[in-house]
Amino acid sequence: MDYVRLDYVDLAVAALLVIANAGLSIVLELGLARRVLIAAFRMVVQLVLVGLVLKTLFALTSPLWTGVAALAMILFAGREIMARQDRRLTGLWGYGLGTTCMLLAAAIVTVFALTSSVRPDPWYDPRYAIPLLGMILGNTMTGISLGLHALTTGLVRERTGVEAQLALGATRFEAVRPVVRAALTSALMPIVNSMAATGLVALPGMMTGQILAGVAPEEAVKYQILIMFLIAGGTTLGATAAVMGGATRLTDARHRLRLDRLSAAKD
Amino acid sequence: MFVVSDLARPGLEPTSFTLNAGECIAVRGASGSGKSLLLRGLADLDDCSGQVTLDEIERNDMSGPEWRRQVAYVPAEAGWWASLIGSHFDDWSEVLPLATEMGLPEAACDWPVAQASTGERQRLALARALIKSPKVLLLDEPTSGLDTGTTAIVENLIARRRENGAAVLWVSHDPAQAKRIATRSLVVEQGRVQEAI
Repeated sequence: MDYVRLDYVDLAVAALLVIANAGLSIVLELGLARRVLIAAFRMVVQLVLVGLVLKTLFALTSPLWTGVAALAMILFAGREIMARQDRRLTGLWGYGLGTTCMLLAAAIVTVFALTSSVRPDPWYDPRYAIPLLGMILGNTMTGISLGLHALTTGLVRERTGVEAQLALGATRFEAVRPVVRAALTSALMPIVNSMAATGLVALPGMMTGQILAGVAPEEAVKYQILIMFLIAGGTTLGATAAVMGGATRLTDARHRLRLDRLSAAKD
Repeated sequence: MFVVSDLARPGLEPTSFTLNAGECIAVRGASGSGKSLLLRGLADLDDCSGQVTLDEIERNDMSGPEWRRQVAYVPAEAGWWASLIGSHFDDWSEVLPLATEMGLPEAACDWPVAQASTGERQRLALARALIKSPKVLLLDEPTSGLDTGTTAIVENLIARRRENGAAVLWVSHDPAQAKRIATRSLVVEQGRVQEAI
């Protein structure tokens, strides 16, 4: 493939922009210089390491090691979901629900894409599996954390309304329906918006990357469309499972609202 | 008819009493003494130990919603889950006679919830529960926001329900009202429920 290779001098030249950024902070006394430099340094180290890991994974093309890398990505994303909740479910549920739903959704959608549309040989080829999983995971993670956040804050805020319905003899799923609907709307909004705006407002990163790497634009566009479909599927699946699971956990078999199964609010 | 034995949860010590068909018991006690915990516990909205039976059927032998359709709890601050009053009723025309009797206009159906006054919301919440003809009514200060005239109408309405066999537990801060509506009283103090002499 024909593309312009970068050498380290090219990167050093671009790094001058970050140095200028830090310089500006010093001149204007923004107090950001240290943070900018540390963040830039972390970015470089993390990406170099990822590059090494991917290089090794690609060379191995082992189902075991590809699976281990995929699992590690999912577990990190699960932590991220939990960290974004103001009030999380108590006990194992706090980490378990979001992570399990993401594992389920991302695994199903990634394996589906690898075996039906993309079909690399072997199907678990990490050069396809890991980037696909990464993109699906990132978006599913956002959907699940938005959905769970809207569910828990919604149930706390609408508690009297939910309990009024329960007191009148509604079942737990009838009573939480308005909150569940709002939570799913909030979870799916980013992917709906980004599908609507893609191409007009922003060129997606993956597509841009492929074009820079020498892929014909119409081929890159096909890949991007596939990815958007996968992301939409993964987000819907993961967020629906997480929100329904959360709604079930926050009510009980006697059809009572169980906000005692939420941890106390942070701060 | 309505038999409570050893109902307890944190904040509520084991409580036992019997409420007969057509009877009304007034419940008194300072705020925070556990009156709401008692009513919520009876409506099975919180996890409690002990037994509660209605017409000799233990509540765990039926589903939660089935129980709550017969044992209706009307809290002091009613909850609303839609923006219009009418959305909270299956059939407004069915509620209309009840609403009219309590001095609410027919147009209340189209009011936004936020526009109704405390007293109006209180009566609408009561109508919402009464329309299901529950066998037991758990009322938490149902007339606190009402004037004397409307209070009398509500008391009268509940009295008629009792004549038809409904049993009532009525939280009231007004000793004169307690005397008017009830034959017995329960006093709640620091989570302990006792029959007043």
